Amino acid sequence: MLFISQLINGLQLGSIYALVALGYSMVYGIIMLLNFAHGDIIMVGGYIAMLIITAGINPAVAVVAAIVGCAVLAMVIEKIAYKPLRSAPRISLLITAIGVSMLLQNLAQLVFSANARPFPSTNIINAANLQLGSVQISVSAIVTIAVSVISMILLTLLVQKTRMGKAMRAVSEDMGAAQLMGINVDRTVSFTFAVGSVLAGIGSVLYCCRYPVLTPTMGSLLGLKAFVAAVLGGIGSIPGAMIGGFAIGLAEVFVTSIGLSEWTDGIVFAILIVVLLFRPTGFMGRSMSEKV
Amino acid sequence: MDKVKKIPVPARYAINTLLLAAFLLIGNTVIASGSVSRAQSSIVLQIGIYIILAVSLNVVTGYLGQLPLGHAGFMAVGAYAGAIFWKSCTLPRPLAVILGLVLAGIVAAIFGVIIGVPALRLKGDYLAIITLGFGEIIRVIIINLPDITGGTPGLSDIPKFAKSTSFLVVFLCVIITCFAIHTLMHSRHGRAILSIRENEIAAESCGINTTYYKVMAFAFSAFFAGIAGALYAGNQGLLVPGTFDFMQSINILVMVVLGGMGSMSGSIIAATVLTALPLMLQSFSKYRMIIYSLLLIVVMIFKPSGLMGMYDFSLSRLLEKLINWKPGAKKKKPCDPEQPEGGASHE
Repeated sequence: MLFISQLINGLQLGSIYALVALGYSMVYGIIMLLNFAHGDIIMVGGYIAMLIITAGINPAVAVVAAIVGCAVLAMVIEKIAYKPLRSAPRISLLITAIGVSMLLQNLAQLVFSANARPFPSTNIINAANLQLGSVQISVSAIVTIAVSVISMILLTLLVQKTRMGKAMRAVSEDMGAAQLMGINVDRTVSFTFAVGSVLAGIGSVLYCCRYPVLTPTMGSLLGLKAFVAAVLGGIGSIPGAMIGGFAIGLAEVFVTSIGLSEWTDGIVFAILIVVLLFRPTGFMGRSMSEKV
Repeated sequence: MDKVKKIPVPARYAINTLLLAAFLLIGNTVIASGSVSRAQSSIVLQIGIYIILAVSLNVVTGYLGQLPLGHAGFMAVGAYAGAIFWKSCTLPRPLAVILGLVLAGIVAAIFGVIIGVPALRLKGDYLAIITLGFGEIIRVIIINLPDITGGTPGLSDIPKFAKSTSFLVVFLCVIITCFAIHTLMHSRHGRAILSIRENEIAAESCGINTTYYKVMAFAFSAFFAGIAGALYAGNQGLLVPGTFDFMQSINILVMVVLGGMGSMSGSIIAATVLTALPLMLQSFSKYRMIIYSLLLIVVMIFKPSGLMGMYDFSLSRLLEKLINWKPGAKKKKPCDPEQPEGGASHE
């Protein structure tokens, strides 16, 4: 029975990782950037939600504000920091992303101080645990999993069925050719950042409901794990990010439950390394052919 | 037509050696005399350590053209190897210091080979992630072996370098590192490494064993990172695994990229400035990191190739220009760039 509750626990964590990993993966797919600032956008989303709830406004408003805030922030960052570097060497872009990440962390530290703040999670999801036979299931886990799965379905529909989704796929395939076909590349890239950050915003609220503590650096570890999930699934691939997220979440919960919590991070990275050695582009990654 | 005057090679070495020796002597006297505060001298020593880290990472990032994110892992291996050796060793002190540094380098280089062989099969960003993973695993292992490494609270009571020689030890290592890497990069092996950066497939079809040279560059870089780690241990007297996290690797990478990938003087300047920056900004420490990150973003946006690009400073080249300089003279023939680095004389 413990197994089932651990499984649900792992799926909850995994679905959060998957949501965040999708943001990494989509951005990577479109401009080949490892967006290190993504984790910190989640942190900002958490603080926005916290501020609005503690101000006594309806939690639903807080959730929407967090999501919109994340999306706007990501689009602004993309316009100011990443767009001028689109033709620059990729490593410069990476360093810029690291710079943005540090900037967000330190701004948050300046505004909210480095101390941890409690997140009023009970205002968002407040229900007793469900009792199914001898298994206890937390409602927040079910809500988290459900919200994530719905978001992923919507994302898949967006990417596969709409004009904008088609544009996104085209730009990630070949930016130059897409531009020649009349696709507005700047708008598409901006939109991709926004979509990725909407998912980050959702992930941020769900994450804060599970671990109701806010710190300016909370995004970096979550970001790193989600990033590992994205790579594990094959970076740039949307279904890959989902699989990777669930795999990392489950692995983490089960490793902790067998009493190796100190080793969790190490084992997560070890899984990553082993997978990359046997499948160098992750589970679902496109293999790159070498051209001479 | 007048001949372009050149400084003969032995004279070049002599000039550089003299300058560096003078630099070491003056620096050591200043630090040992106690005329600078403890905080200042510790910043100076840290600058030396970060120069070694940045210059060694530059071998893989700048010259080999790969992107590793686990440099702090090698630093950690070296630091713990050196510290454990010094704690248990009963040899006379100067010998122990030298042996410890060499041991730290060798252990880190072995890790470099162990990690490099599988990691270098991957390309680009996947290589970055896998080295990041290895770096983190090294840290997790250190945390979980409390009997050997002291675990999370850290390893304390490491015999520290004497104050009278700490500057000499650190900056002698800096100079040796710069010299060794400079010599490597101007040798046949160095050209092979550069050719991999320029075009791996072309290099391979010219008969260069790319795997061998990649692993070699990786191990070389790890070796010096290990030495830097041991120097860190010897200066601090205390090692905490949290020091060697992912942010430390990023920190070193930032120095390399900001200075200009493939430019040794760029790495030296960036390591010096970025390490000294906290000291200079101490009066408004609240905004320190914000300024640091904004600086990073602005430099990358306006100068994506880094401050120095691929340009490398050479003292003898400058001297040759001065000797040959005549008012109104036409452009000179480009001089031979083969020259030992001006090394730590940027201080």
